[in-house]
Amino acid sequence: MTTMLPVLRVSALNKSFVVHAQGGLALPVLRDVALSVAPGECLALVGPSGAGKSTLLRSLYGNYRPQSGSIQVRHHDRWVELVGAEPRITLDVRRRTMGFVSQFLRVIPRVGALDVVAEPMVRLGASPEDARRRAGLLLGLLGIPERLWPLPPATFSGGEQQRVNIARSLIADYPILLLDEPTASLDTANRDRVVELVRRRREAGAAIVGIFHDVAVRDAVATRLHDVALPGAQP
Amino acid sequence: MNAPLLSARGVTRRFGGRIACREVSFDLWPGEVLGIVGESGSGKTTLLNCLAGRLAPDEGTITYDSAAAGTVDVHALSEARRRLLARTEWGFVNQDAREGLRMGVSAGANIGERLMAIGARHYGSIRQTASDWLARVEIDLDRLDDRPTTYSGGMRQRLQIARNLVSEPRLVFMDEPTGGLDVSVQARLLDLLRGLVDRFHLSAVLVTHDLGVARLLTHRLMVMQGGRVVEHGLTDQVLDDPQHAYTQMLVASILPV
Ligand SMILES: Nc1ncnc2c1ncn2[C@@H]1O[C@H](COP(=O)(O)OP(=O)(O)OP(=O)(O)O)[C@@H](O)[C@H]1O
Ligand SMILES: Nc1ncnc2c1ncn2[C@@H]1O[C@H](COP(=O)(O)OP(=O)(O)OP(=O)(O)O)[C@@H](O)[C@H]1O
Ligand SMILES: [Mg+2]
Ligand SMILES: [Mg+2]
Repeated sequence: MTTMLPVLRVSALNKSFVVHAQGGLALPVLRDVALSVAPGECLALVGPSGAGKSTLLRSLYGNYRPQSGSIQVRHHDRWVELVGAEPRITLDVRRRTMGFVSQFLRVIPRVGALDVVAEPMVRLGASPEDARRRAGLLLGLLGIPERLWPLPPATFSGGEQQRVNIARSLIADYPILLLDEPTASLDTANRDRVVELVRRRREAGAAIVGIFHDVAVRDAVATRLHDVALPGAQP
Repeated sequence: MNAPLLSARGVTRRFGGRIACREVSFDLWPGEVLGIVGESGSGKTTLLNCLAGRLAPDEGTITYDSAAAGTVDVHALSEARRRLLARTEWGFVNQDAREGLRMGVSAGANIGERLMAIGARHYGSIRQTASDWLARVEIDLDRLDDRPTTYSGGMRQRLQIARNLVSEPRLVFMDEPTGGLDVSVQARLLDLLRGLVDRFHLSAVLVTHDLGVARLLTHRLMVMQGGRVVEHGLTDQVLDDPQHAYTQMLVASILPV
């Protein structure tokens, strides 16, 4: 067993949704969630559809706002609390420490795939040339043909967009990676390429939290499982 | 990075008996782009004008961390000093480009004027910089000596942006910079603004009613309703996990962004 110290610690996390158009009733989704993840680990969130796996992952990224509890992230050799954090703190954590692969790519009008992928690295101070080189390498590893690189991904297929998205999230070598069904719309060959990249990242010391519906993918990358129960289910 | 660039505290402005914006407080940090969204009449332009020193608030203060003079109370400055500040450290992009441009002089002069305001005197280099900026905003160089009256709406808006950014302001105020433009022109303008924000680490306050524009350009969002800020947070938090009934309605009533 590894004895690495965690880089992500969650405790007593609660998140409910209040939809005002539906009478303002609170739908509790996360109740007293606790977990921690160390470098080199990949924690897979498992549970039925609607259980709150994506809600948990998005809360870890600071995209959803939990009502209470704590999400602490190791950032610049310090612990940073993300629940209730100021926007600039969350943004800095995202810029340097934590990457997120969502299910959908948000296309940016008129920006080509290569630059979409290179952008996070440029924002960290790399030269555009170095960032583009690395972006090309990743797109190549993910099987995106070179003729597509200059084109804005808006017209790409679902699977191509998803791989662009993955490349964009892997380019910066974030110490913490959050993956929401990174292989959902991929064929087997491309799925295997993604699995290989994620595994390499984990072996290089990234701490990963992911949702993988595909059991083969989960078995190939996860080191531990974390159950997420349906809201309303008794713990 | 350890002091806010702009701080608003309790900013309130009335017109007659009606409150156009009430008790607005926030800090804008260097490098941040803050979006203000909300329905028509919710007080966005009123607030922006108060922030930019163009309209005096009835209550509250706005402080700015100026490069030239340290922290200043924007509305306590003399008119002359406030104008100097606006010319040298700020930019203001009007919704209506005709208000932000000098329509009677050439495009080159529109850009050059801002450079001269910050001390540029060499004609050749002013003209060169003006040409560079025209290229950056994708306007043909052979239009440099034309007046903006001969430009299309989208070109005027791009010229207005060039005029405002050429002096490398520390803070830019924008009121619906893509309003009234057709979709493809909007996309080019957004792409341009996005690139400029990244490249020059601009700090900006951007008023828009378009949540797609807000998603693309802003880091943080304030949602206004009836003159009040009803919700405030990271842009993706506000759009993906809206808390206030009004924000939920706003997000639900548009196509996915
Ligand atoms: N932004 C939101 N606003 C309101 N309710 C939401 C929001 N996001 C998620 N929910 C609700 O929270 C619950 C959990 O959803 P979530 O997407 O986290 O499930 P999941 O475990 O990821 O499911 P799946 O496996 O189907 O992706 C669902 O009832 C969902 O409707
Ligand atoms: N100069 C003025 N004199 C009188 N009332 C004004 C004046 N300027 C604004 N108002 C009023 O203040 C309120 C807020 O107006 P404001 O222009 O700030 O709204 P807005 O959010 O920018 O709207 P829009 O999206 O339509 O531009 C409105 O009720 C408006 O009628
Ligand atoms: Mg999900
Ligand atoms: Mg307005």
